[in-house]
Amino acid sequence: MANAPDDRQTRTMTLEAFADTIIPGEKRWPGDRAVAGISEGGGAVAAGALMLLEMPEGGMENALDDLAEALNAHADEYRERHALAEDGSVPPFVALSAEQRVALVVELTTPGHPEKELWTGLALFCNMAFDTGAHSHTVDALREGHPGLVTLGFAAPDSDGLWRFPDFSYRERLASPHPDTTPTGSPA
Amino acid sequence: MTTSEETPEETDVLVIGSGFGGAIPAYHLAAGGARVRVLERGPWLSGTEFDHDFRFGSSTTRIFDFVVGDGMSVLSGNCVGGGSVVYFAAMPRAPRFVFERQGSIGRRMWPAAVTRDSLDPWYDRVVEALPVTMSDWNTATYAGGVFGAACARAGHTANPVPAAIDNALCVNCNWMMSGCRFDAKRSLLLNYLPAAVAHGAEVSPLHEVQHIARNDDGGFLVHYDVLDEVDYRVRTGQGRIRAKIVIVAAGAGATPVILRRSEPRLGALPRAVGRYFSGNGERLNTAVLNEERVGELLGLSREEGVAFRAAQIGKGPTVATWDRLDGALPEFERFSLEQLYFPPGLGTILAQVPDAQGPTWFGAEKKEMLRDWQSWLTVFTMSEDDNEGVFGPPPERGNADRLSQQMLGFGPLSYHPTANTLRGWELSDAAVREILERDGLARVMPWTNDVVGAYTVHPLSSCRIGDDPATSALDDGHQLRGHEGIFVTDGSAVPGGLTVNPALTIAALAERAVPGIVRAARERGVAVRYGAPSPDGSTSGRRATRDSVAHLVGD
Repeated sequence: MANAPDDRQTRTMTLEAFADTIIPGEKRWPGDRAVAGISEGGGAVAAGALMLLEMPEGGMENALDDLAEALNAHADEYRERHALAEDGSVPPFVALSAEQRVALVVELTTPGHPEKELWTGLALFCNMAFDTGAHSHTVDALREGHPGLVTLGFAAPDSDGLWRFPDFSYRERLASPHPDTTPTGSPA
Repeated sequence: MTTSEETPEETDVLVIGSGFGGAIPAYHLAAGGARVRVLERGPWLSGTEFDHDFRFGSSTTRIFDFVVGDGMSVLSGNCVGGGSVVYFAAMPRAPRFVFERQGSIGRRMWPAAVTRDSLDPWYDRVVEALPVTMSDWNTATYAGGVFGAACARAGHTANPVPAAIDNALCVNCNWMMSGCRFDAKRSLLLNYLPAAVAHGAEVSPLHEVQHIARNDDGGFLVHYDVLDEVDYRVRTGQGRIRAKIVIVAAGAGATPVILRRSEPRLGALPRAVGRYFSGNGERLNTAVLNEERVGELLGLSREEGVAFRAAQIGKGPTVATWDRLDGALPEFERFSLEQLYFPPGLGTILAQVPDAQGPTWFGAEKKEMLRDWQSWLTVFTMSEDDNEGVFGPPPERGNADRLSQQMLGFGPLSYHPTANTLRGWELSDAAVREILERDGLARVMPWTNDVVGAYTVHPLSSCRIGDDPATSALDDGHQLRGHEGIFVTDGSAVPGGLTVNPALTIAALAERAVPGIVRAARERGVAVRYGAPSPDGSTSGRRATRDSVAHLVGD
C-alpha cells in the first residue's frame, strides 16, 4: 500500500472515525479524512475521545490496537459486501462515507451481534468524552470551551469552581397531592 | 503488606459494607457494647473531598460503581456510607400494597411478620435518625415544578417527595451523585457512622471481602483484600478476621456474590442466594420540553423570556406522581413516576432521539438532541418487576471483573425481563407520554435497553427475607437459612420491587433486624445490649419500637 499510514496513525484515524460516527463534528482542517464533517461544531473527536480512550484510568488503552484492527476488518468486509471501491490511502473504516460508517456501527452494536459488547463499550467512551469531557477537570474543560459541554449548555461554576443555583424553584404549588398521602408525606 | 499467614485479627461482629444495611447494625451493636469491625470495599471520603468534576479519578468515579451484566447494569455506591453518599436522598415509605405482593411465586413474598403497619415504627426510627424531612413546593426544583404542573394539567396528582436533605445547606448544584460537598445530604457519614465510630466501631475502607469461612468453634473467618486507593484492580494486601457474627451488607449486587464464593467453606447455601434479583422495575424516559409550550400551557416562567431551560439546576428528584400506586390495580401494573436528574454521561448516553430517522442513541440526530439538554426532563419509573435476575458463578475477586481503575466492570448478573415486567414498563412509558406529550408540551422517548441492557440504581432482592425456604434465603429475622450467625441486612433482603425509592425501606428493615442480631450475638457469648437512642441522642423512635422489641431481645 503506497503512502499507507503507519500503525499508530492507522489506529488513531480509525478510532477518530469511530468516535466521529458516535457524535459527529466538523472537519478540523480541509482534507480531514477521519472526521466526516457532517455536523456543525466539534464532535466526539474534538471533545477528546482519543484522550479519554488512552487514559490509563479508563482501562481501554491496551485494547485499542485490537479494536482498531478489528474495526478495519469489519470495514473491509462491509466494503466487499457492498462492492465498494477500495481506497488504500486511509484505513478501511476511514475510507467509508459517513452513512456507511453509521450503517456498520449499527450492525456492530445491535443486540445479537457477537461483538456487541466491544463496540457498545467503545461507543460509550466516545459518548462520555463528548457529554462530560471526562479526560479533563470539568472547570478546565469549560474554560477551554469543551465542545460537548458547550453543546449541552452546561452552566459555568462560581469563581471557586463550585456550582450553586440560588434560584432553583418556581416556588408555587403546581399540583394537588395524592389524597392518600400520609402526614409525613409518603404514599399510604 | 498483610498476608494471610499472619494471626487473624479478632472482633465480635464483622460487618461487610457500610451503607444502610451495614452502618445501622454497626451503630447499634457498637453502642450496645460489642466489638464491631466494618470492612468497606470503597474509599472513605467526606466534605471537601467530594468534587464537582466529571474527570476520571475524581469522586465521581472513586465512590460509584457501574457493573454491566447480561441484560442488566447495576449502579451503586462504592465508598464508606455506601449508597447514602451517592444517592438522591428521596425517602418515601413503600405503599401498603407492596407488602402484599405475590410476584410469580403464588404466595405473599414478604414474611407474615412484615407489613406496612409493623414496619412503620422502624421507618420512624430512620426518619428521626437521618433525619428525613417533608418537602414542599418551595423546595421543589424547576424540573420538579414543571413535572408537577404537567401532571396537574393531565389530571393527575403530584407530590413533593420527602428527602434526607437539609434544605438550609443545599445549593441545588445537582452534583449529588459525586457526594455532597456541602453536607446538605444527610448521608450516613453524618449520623449512624460517626456515632458507631464514637462507640468504638472500627471502619476499614478499601477492604474488599472475598469470602467467609466457618471455624470449628462455630464462628467465622472472613478473608479480605486491601485495594489500591486509585486503581481498584490492584490488591495491596490481604488479611483475615475472626468474628462471632457476620453481617453481610455489601449491596444486592455484591452480597450474593460473596456468599456464593464462600459456599465451599460454609456449606450449601439456600437456593435463593443469588436469585430473585429485582431492579425495582426501573425505567427512564427523557422528554425534550418545548419551551414555548411550557410557558403557554403551564404558565411557567423562571426569568424573563425563559420558561424552563433548567435541567442542570437542582437536587435529583423532588416531585413524583403516585396515582398508579393503587392497590386495587393488578400486580405488575402499579408504578410511580418521579422527576429525576442524572448528570451528563449517565443521564444522556442511553436517552433516545424521538422520531429519529437514523440511530436513536448516537449519531448526528443525537447530537442535535443534546443541544436542547437544558430543556430535558427525565422521568423515572419504579414499577413491579418479576424478580427475574439471577447471578452466575462469582468472578475471581470482588463482584465484577473491573475494566477501568474505578467505576466500570462486568458482573455475573443476568436479567431477562418477563412479560410482566415488560407490561409495567410499557404502561409507564404510555403514562409518561400521556402527561408530557399532551398538546405538544414535549417529545418523549424511553432510554434504550439495547446498549447495556436494563439498568437499576436500586438493586434489590438477591438474598431475600421470606417465610418460604424455597424462595427466600433469609428467615424473617434476616438470618441466612441454615447458617446461624450470618445475617443479611442490605437491599438484597428486600423481597421485591417497591414501586418507590427503596432506601428508607432498606434502612427500616435493617433497624428492625438489629434486636434479633443482638440476641444472636448474646447467645454466642458477646456482651451486648440493645436499646441505643438515635445517633444524635433522640429517643422518640426508641420509645415507639420498645414494645415490638421486647420479645426479640428476650430480656
